[in-house]
Amino acid sequence: MTDQAYNFAYLDEQTKRMIRRALLKALAVPGYQVPFASREMPMPYGWGTGGVQVTAACLTPEDVLKVIDQGADDTTNAVSIRKFFQRTAGVAVTEATGEATIIQTRHRIPEQPLKAGQILVYQVPIPEPLRFLEPRETETRKMHELEEYGLMHVKLYEDIARHGQIATSYAYPVKVEGRYVMDPSPIPKFDNPKLSVNPAIQLFGAGREQRIYALPPFCNVVSLDFDDHPFRATKAAHDCDLCGAKDSYLDEVITDDAGGRMYVCSDTDFCAGRQAAGHAGRLAAGGKA
Amino acid sequence: MSIVQRMAPDTPLLQVDGLTKRYGARIGCADVSFDLWPGEVLGIVGESGSGKSTLLSCLAGHQPTDAGRIRFDGRDVLAMSETERRRLARTDWAYVHQNPRDGLRMGVSAGGNVGERLMAVGARNYGDIRGKALDWLGRVEIAADRIDDRPRAFSGGMQQRLQIARNLVTGPRLVFMDEPTGGLDVSVQARLLDLLRGLVRDLGLSVIIVTHDLAVVRLLADRLMVMKSGRVVEQGLTDQVLDDPQHAYTQLLVSSVLQV
Ligand SMILES: Nc1ncnc2c1ncn2[C@@H]1O[C@H](COP(=O)(O)OP(=O)(O)O)[C@@H](O)[C@H]1O
Ligand SMILES: [Mg+2]
Repeated sequence: MTDQAYNFAYLDEQTKRMIRRALLKALAVPGYQVPFASREMPMPYGWGTGGVQVTAACLTPEDVLKVIDQGADDTTNAVSIRKFFQRTAGVAVTEATGEATIIQTRHRIPEQPLKAGQILVYQVPIPEPLRFLEPRETETRKMHELEEYGLMHVKLYEDIARHGQIATSYAYPVKVEGRYVMDPSPIPKFDNPKLSVNPAIQLFGAGREQRIYALPPFCNVVSLDFDDHPFRATKAAHDCDLCGAKDSYLDEVITDDAGGRMYVCSDTDFCAGRQAAGHAGRLAAGGKA
Repeated sequence: MSIVQRMAPDTPLLQVDGLTKRYGARIGCADVSFDLWPGEVLGIVGESGSGKSTLLSCLAGHQPTDAGRIRFDGRDVLAMSETERRRLARTDWAYVHQNPRDGLRMGVSAGGNVGERLMAVGARNYGDIRGKALDWLGRVEIAADRIDDRPRAFSGGMQQRLQIARNLVTGPRLVFMDEPTGGLDVSVQARLLDLLRGLVRDLGLSVIIVTHDLAVVRLLADRLMVMKSGRVVEQGLTDQVLDDPQHAYTQLLVSSVLQV
């Protein structure tokens, strides 16, 4: 049921056209941050207003939308964004990665490989990867323009100097198509390899910072590193306690006051799908021990 | 590695012709011309407001000039694109600011500060970068166990020495220094000056050093340029200028009648 007080997907057509122009430019120059006139949305900034605007500009009535937060479809943030688009666009929604045509995400890339025709929309809090060491916006723009990216490695150097290894585990910087250095949003670095040569369209929206950037299908994305400290897509050294998956990104869950814990897939759809197919982990109900 | 270049080169490293910079109606520096030869240290002296810093920052491309020509290694610096000039600034050139805070990244460790220029030109081996940073900290007399400390925790003299290490690590061919010993205690100044003299001698650096302190140029500079009201009033070999000044203003300067 669509609320008639709103235009389709909440934003007016002119705003959507403005955002689509920014998206096209972003796709044409992979990894480049395109400024756009971010609109006030009926939700706080921390809730992914950048992603919501990008999704709104891409949605058509035929789309099937999936919304995830840290891999889960049922968190407050994911549920409220999904409801928002059900109400304002009347689109079909799903939790199944394979059925969705548009997936809006915060902090994860689904485990199930994406396919051509799908769009993954990331919610981005801080789009500028150089911000940490160079707060001046005029200077970071200049650094991107002139490909002066030595500072990115200073950040990784500091990491190794302080922690003995590259401790950055989220928002791990990447270089796109050998040109722009990009912040992939706070996805775990485990997900970084999925950014590269992905058949889906990947769009990034930062609402408060008013930036859009993108990865067109099949573009090359390389995680920055040192020769003697190569990038590693790490995860907890466990299998999922529910579905037994060995190669999915895991959340650590405290199960009782006595320090009991379990590891479960952060991608709830992936985990449920595996369980439905008969896979079982250490603690699965009725599963193998 | 000490690279002492004392071969007789046949072209100056830097050629400056008629360089002029105005701030509105006020003159920053006017019609400055000189050559700097490889391995040479040129001192620029003059009282406060005489245009020394203006000249240096125009030479280094930190601000636009109104007239004149600058050639580095035969290349027209003012005609370069910003990309080229910034590349020059992080490879062949170095700039030591009077205030180390302007030349250091205060939120980055000492090692990261020294390593930045290496990484900027493509160094991608952590062990090598750290090794070079350690070597350079040693050369500027900063203890190896301070490599992971941030410059905030350093004294003013240490910060300045760190800034020097950070600038020299990539072996620049031309070093600009603006009052590198200014703002430091007298005893700290003396130590820094000794250190600078050693580095200049060992590395055969080509340097343009701005100061209002004649003791600094007497110790470091081969040649001297005296500025007054934005113009060069006298230039020559340091000993000549200091011991036998020709221009009336230089005579005042040398006789310490002028409190500069
Ligand atoms: N950013 C500026 N804007 C306007 N005037 C300036 C600026 N910087 C310097 N000046 C003026 O230019 C002249 C030379 O200054 P400066 O180069 O700083 O001299 P010095 O370094 O020898 O003390 C002075 O009259 C000074 O007031
Ligand atoms: Mg000055």
